[in-house]
Parts: sequence; structure tokens; C-alpha cells
Amino acid sequence: MGRLSVDLCGLPLDNPIIPASGTFGYGYEFAELYDINVLGTFSFKGTTKDPRFGNPTPRIAECNAGMINAVGLQNPGVEKVISEELPKLKKCFNKKVMANVSGFAVEDYAYTCEKLDKEEQVGWLEVNVSCPNVHGGGMSFGTNPEAAAEVTAAVKKVTTKPVIIKLSPNVTDIVSIAKACEAAGADGISLINTLLGMRIDLKTKKPVIANKMGGFSGSAIFPVAVSMVYRVANAVSIPVVGMGGVSSAEDVIELMLAGATAVEVGAANLIDPYVCRDIINDLPAVMDKYGISNLKDIIGGVK
Amino acid sequence: MKQSFFRIINNTQLTETVYKMKLSGDVSDITSPGQFVNIKIDGLYLRRPISVCDSENDVLTLIYKVVGKGTEKMAEMEIGTELDVLTGLGNGYNTAVSGEKPLLIGGGVGVPPLYMLAKKLIAEGKKVNVILGFNTKAEIFCEEDFKALGAEVVVATADGSYGVKGFVTDALSDVDYTYFYTCGPEPMLKALYKATATSGQFSFEERMGCGFGACMGCSCKTITGYKRICKDGPVLEKEEILWAD
Repeated sequence: MGRLSVDLCGLPLDNPIIPASGTFGYGYEFAELYDINVLGTFSFKGTTKDPRFGNPTPRIAECNAGMINAVGLQNPGVEKVISEELPKLKKCFNKKVMANVSGFAVEDYAYTCEKLDKEEQVGWLEVNVSCPNVHGGGMSFGTNPEAAAEVTAAVKKVTTKPVIIKLSPNVTDIVSIAKACEAAGADGISLINTLLGMRIDLKTKKPVIANKMGGFSGSAIFPVAVSMVYRVANAVSIPVVGMGGVSSAEDVIELMLAGATAVEVGAANLIDPYVCRDIINDLPAVMDKYGISNLKDIIGGVK
Repeated sequence: MKQSFFRIINNTQLTETVYKMKLSGDVSDITSPGQFVNIKIDGLYLRRPISVCDSENDVLTLIYKVVGKGTEKMAEMEIGTELDVLTGLGNGYNTAVSGEKPLLIGGGVGVPPLYMLAKKLIAEGKKVNVILGFNTKAEIFCEEDFKALGAEVVVATADGSYGVKGFVTDALSDVDYTYFYTCGPEPMLKALYKATATSGQFSFEERMGCGFGACMGCSCKTITGYKRICKDGPVLEKEEILWAD
């Protein structure tokens, strides 16, 4: 076990670095750039029961130190993910992968998770109850403790692998939702998904994004992530995967001190495709600088 | 795709809003005309995708129009500035299907990628005709560059201040061509889709997140399925295009 290794819901990770869903496809585009087996794992593109094109374009808007996306869960649907994407992924990645799942009804989540749970390479199921992009969809589950718990229980009932519930920050009390998921059997919590954002073009006087609003991510949201990870990690006894604006080894250490067992990196992959590899390379020296021998010892170090 | 660092050799103004930047660096990943690069700009979060005008002997030429914050910053960049650039993005134009007499049709800032395309087609021994469309005489650029390559060039201006009066479609009837390639504003592309007599290739523009196929920010629907403009495009064949409206 190296200095960077951690345990996530009973499965070992060589390091806590996990490219976040929606910023890393199914891995093979990045495998052309570097050996993605250096990663702890990665969370693949959000997968739904049926194929989805997603939202009309423009889907992207720039912000100060961040961006808004309204992709709308474009994916080929779980059957094709299993028959076409996972075999391609297997060729370039020999570790367990995190399967990210979205849905629009409790039964959809259960259906998709049950299928992916049977795939050997899937190590964890990350259930997105928070995507803010789809009208009447994911959002409603993640904003209500009962609905989030209902999804958790339905998924747990049909799966054998660790279930991590990915939470939205666009709520009044994220702690109560995390606790409800834990009580319903969740094995872990990941947070934060994107913040609801909007930009308006001054020339056209219309929203930049066709869907009007989207998910705001990037360095600007990092402090929000630190505070929410800190609060949730102190309220639940299951592992927390932290994310939100992470772009450096220092950010990783900060989120782990706040309570994260592992750390996802999202928008930064889109700007610098090598960022996860570089963070992993940078970690030992940054740990030395701050007197950290082993990363697992600092999880939740701030009280 | 390759990430490398380029140094600005020069950065000159061609028209009121259009600039030409030459950069030295590793261009080995730029394999087809019609590809683009994605440039990191200090102070801005997203990279800026710019089409490749030319790429040869470790010199990358970009012609860009100042349309927003990113290109405003580019226009102010000094010689010697180092830039972090992702190169070799997008599919680019396929010259194998051009026939003997390809026609290249560019509108405004859609003209630059056609330069490297013309160069390649001429090197392949083809007789290249070019139609360039601009709003006014003052906005014209690259006409002489295409002529210097040995292409036949017709310029159309919307206000009639130079060349053929009207749009690029008004200059089509005088040209005999086996195939066409185009890049320009979407209304022009749509008009050409209807007005052209042969098959052809269209280069599209869309707001991008990453520029290399990861984020699905620039997806479009085509007859052959969903495509990412950045990775499966920006060049689409006429037969696969589905117009959004």
C-alpha cells in the first residue's frame, strides 16, 4: 500500500483521484493521451435507461473561474453502454470503474443500476440524484430527503456493489439529505454536483445556453465544495467522495482534510486533459511540503 | 491531439476586426486541413478553439476575428508570448474525394481553413477554384494568398463594393466543379446546401467545452447519428447533415 492509497467502500484505490462523470467520457479519449491506469478510478459518463441526445446547443457558457454546462445527460442508454462502451473501456483500463447512473423515475434508477451491477468491471455505482439539467428529472430526487432515500433503497435492493449517492448542492439542507440516504442503505455519499447557473448574452439579450440554465462548475465553486463536504462528512459515518472545482494536489488535500475519502476532478479535465495525471504526480511532493506521510491519515483531519 | 507550447512570431491586423497570428511550435499532430487548435488564454477559464489556416515547418498560422473576450486578448498579444495549445483537433477535410476540379467556398472568418485545404489540393495536382464572400471590400482578406497558391479566385461582396455583387451563391453559376468544400456562417452553409450541384463537405462551428470529445458540449444530430462537432467534426459531409430547424 503506497502513501496515496485509500479504501473506498471496501475497495482499494491506489490514489484518491477520480475523474468526475461527464468530464471523462468512457475513458478511451483520455487513454490516447496518457495511461489512465494511473488513476484511482474514474466515474464514467452518466448513463440512463434509454438513449438520450440531451439538450439543444449551445450547451456551454463561460464564467469567471468556471463554466456552465447543460448537456442534458447525453448517453447511448444502458444497453449500448454495456455492449459497446464497456468493452472499449476494458481495453484501456484494467481497474474497477465507477458507474454513474441517472434516472427520471425510481424504477429507471433500479433498472439501470441492476444491469450495471452485473458488469465485472464496475466497482461502485454512483447514483446521480442531482443533475440540474433535465426538466422534471434528477433534480426533484436530490432536493427531497424522502425521494433521495427512496431511490437509494430501490437501488440497494437490486444491487450487490457499493452504492454512492451523488448529491446536489442546490438544496436548503444537504446534511438532512445525506443522512436520509445513509439511513436508506447508501454505502457512500459524493458531493457536490454543479450549482445551478445562468449567463445572459448582452448583445442578443438572451440566455447564452439554449436550455437557459445549467450546472456551474470549475474553480469558483471549490469553497462551496469544502464547506459541504465538511458538513456532510461530520454528519454521516459512511465515506464521502468530495468534488467541486478541484484542480490541484493542494485542493485534493484540502478536501480530504474536510472529510473526503476520495476526490473527483471535473471541469478541470476539460481545460487541461492531463490534470488528473499531473495531480497524482504532484501529490507526494505537496504531501512532503505539508508534513503528510499517508493520505489516508488526513481524512476528516479538520474538526 | 497533442498539448504543446507555441511562441508568437507575429500578430498582425488584416482588417478592422481580423488578425493573423503566426506561432512556432510542434505542429506534428496537425494532419488535415480543416482541423483546429484550442488555446489557453490567461484569465479565461475555457480554451479558445481557432481553425488552422496553415501549418508547415513548425509554424502554425491562425487567422481569427475579434468577436469576444478571448479574441480581444489574442489581438493584444505580443511577439514572443508563449501559449499552451492543444493541436490536431477535429477530423478536417478529406481531399481524396475531391475529383479533378474542387471548389472551395469561404465566407468571412470561415475563409482561413480553406487556405491549407487549397494548398493540399493543388499539391495533389487538382485545379482549384475559390469563391470568397465578404460583406464589403474593406473586410476582404486572403484573396492574394489563394492566388499565390495558383487557385482561381472569385470574390463576392454583399454590398457590391468589390467583385461579384451579392453572396457566394451568386458566383456559383460561373464555376465548373467536381466537388466542393465550404466553411462560413450557418446561413451561408444552408444556402450552399441547396444551391450546389455536387456532393461536398461543410465545416461547422459550435460553442465548445473541451474541444476534444469529452464533454458532449457541442453535439449535433446527423443522418448517421449524434456527432460531436469538436471530435467527429467540424467537417460533415453534405449527405449526413440534418439542419436544426
